[in-house]
Amino acid sequence: MPGGEPAILVDGLVKRYGELLAVDHISFQVNRGEIYGFLGPNGSGKTTTIRMLVGLAQPDEGHARVLGYHLPAGISQAKRYMGVVPDVSNLYDELSALDNLLFMARLYGVPREEQKPRAEQLLRDFGLYERRKDRFSTFSWGMKRALTIACALIHEPSLLFLDEPTTGLDAAAARSLRSLISGLREKGLTIFLTTHYLEEADLLCDRIAILVRGRIVRIDTPAHLKRLVQMESLVEFTFRGDILPLAKELESRLGEAKAALIDPNTIRIYGGDPAEVFDTIFQFSLDNAIGIEAASTIRPSLEDAFLKIAGLSPRVTSAEKSPGKGRR
Amino acid sequence: MAVAWQDELRGIYHIAIKDMRTYYLKPPAISWGMVFPLAWTLAFYLRNPGDFAELVPGLLAMTIVFSTTAAEAVVINFELRLGTLERLLLAPIGITSVLLGKVLGGFLFGLFTTAIVAGASILYLGLHPDILRLALIAVPSLMVFSSMGALFSVAVKEVFEAQTLLNLPRFLMVFLCGVVYPVSALPEGLQLLARLLPLTYTVQGLRISFFEHGDPLLWRDFAALLFFLILFLLPAIRLLHRRFR
Ligand SMILES: Nc1ncnc2c1ncn2[C@@H]1O[C@H](COP(=O)(O)OP(=O)(O)OP(=O)(O)O)[C@@H](O)[C@H]1O
Ligand SMILES: [Mg+2]
Repeated sequence: MPGGEPAILVDGLVKRYGELLAVDHISFQVNRGEIYGFLGPNGSGKTTTIRMLVGLAQPDEGHARVLGYHLPAGISQAKRYMGVVPDVSNLYDELSALDNLLFMARLYGVPREEQKPRAEQLLRDFGLYERRKDRFSTFSWGMKRALTIACALIHEPSLLFLDEPTTGLDAAAARSLRSLISGLREKGLTIFLTTHYLEEADLLCDRIAILVRGRIVRIDTPAHLKRLVQMESLVEFTFRGDILPLAKELESRLGEAKAALIDPNTIRIYGGDPAEVFDTIFQFSLDNAIGIEAASTIRPSLEDAFLKIAGLSPRVTSAEKSPGKGRR
Repeated sequence: MAVAWQDELRGIYHIAIKDMRTYYLKPPAISWGMVFPLAWTLAFYLRNPGDFAELVPGLLAMTIVFSTTAAEAVVINFELRLGTLERLLLAPIGITSVLLGKVLGGFLFGLFTTAIVAGASILYLGLHPDILRLALIAVPSLMVFSSMGALFSVAVKEVFEAQTLLNLPRFLMVFLCGVVYPVSALPEGLQLLARLLPLTYTVQGLRISFFEHGDPLLWRDFAALLFFLILFLLPAIRLLHRRFR
């Protein structure tokens, strides 16, 4: 395997499904030994990116090099050093845990005398040794997830793809899985993982790329991103009447903060000093004789926070969600 | 590159072996593989008792068709639906090799089933086939119908869809290809149609290997079967590739 190169090098990768740009000209680099996170809401293109990097889908544009091998030409060589955990646990229901591992070992050409010892060691590492003779179909969701990860490690890869490793696990199982993942990094594995959770990315990753609607909007350290997201305040007001005709006026009063109409009565306000925002809105409701029915502060959804971080207007989101109600 | 070839061959082998172990005992494979041809032949015999030995080539031909195609429908469609086929593609194995492994698995299942039926009929009826010629026809036939099963299976999503779709060529062939009535007894138009179906060559070749050892027509049957093998295998590979574009 060509050494010294970054584990993954991606330049201008594009994947289209008909009209939809599932992955939109993304470029990034994953260094060897690093845990790199792809963080993004549903449908942002995380799985599609992984599928292109592991040879399950062909990019429409752009270049990718994995472990020094150009894709798609070098994919079969690269696969020998890649372990992949798909977003679904797709092992053989009819086979036992041990037989699933052994089958994978054979497929990857693990030397015969090493197959069983490695499989049994992985079963121990993942706490499944007692259940090794049980069929995969009898496993719980979390056990299936664990075995799927074990199977991806049977050929001792140097690069591991993990698509949403902890989704669907309870807090304790997720924690123990995270510590296993950290342990793999200690052994020198490069890990590329996707997640919906900033907290998880923060615990595991050295760097995070934030993906929104197929585009990487920011690449940064988790600590830095977390601070940015926490700074995003979000307040929502529901008025007793239609404020659509008053939207322009309200916007001019808000100054720094940005407003987005959720429906004719409800407005969301991003950024700005919350105290000032409350003051302004209160005055606005008095001046226009339009009562406030409800007010709440909301933790920003990840997508809203990411859009803000990306410098994209969240207003676009609202306009998309409720056509005709957006302004401009 | 030599190493890549090893990867592919190893993959084909282990996929075939795993399929044999995993899916052989699934009810659809067993019932379609053996029970139907036996029941059909017996029914025909009881209606028209005569020389049962005459029916043996047809019985073997049907066993070949039903065992291989039923096995393919199961091994390909179960795996497509459960996403395990995708899993196979994560290993250092190409899509073509995955399909070849599947076809080989169906071939082995068919070989196993057909060998039992052939062994039993040969011993029971005291027949003396030319074993070498029998193999020369049975082996490519098993590959042809395993590939045909694969082709129909990659074209659809569910096991039952594949089985249903496969019934058209399967039953057409049982009636037209000389399994029970000689092709020469058919009206001219249907004779022509029979020539376009692979099972005709299987039945004819098997008949030669059982009863007319010296007939050089056997080689024409062999060549025709190779032609059908390519005809089914290439589009099956193409279709599977298309699923992972
Ligand atoms: N095979 C496909 N055919 C058509 N569209 C697809 C296909 N696969 C993905 N898409 C679309 O591409 C976009 C990105 O999907 P993708 O699965 O990569 O998102 P994701 O970030 O993994 O989402 P999630 O967090 O829900 O797993 C989505 O809009 C999805 O509908
Ligand atoms: Mg996904």
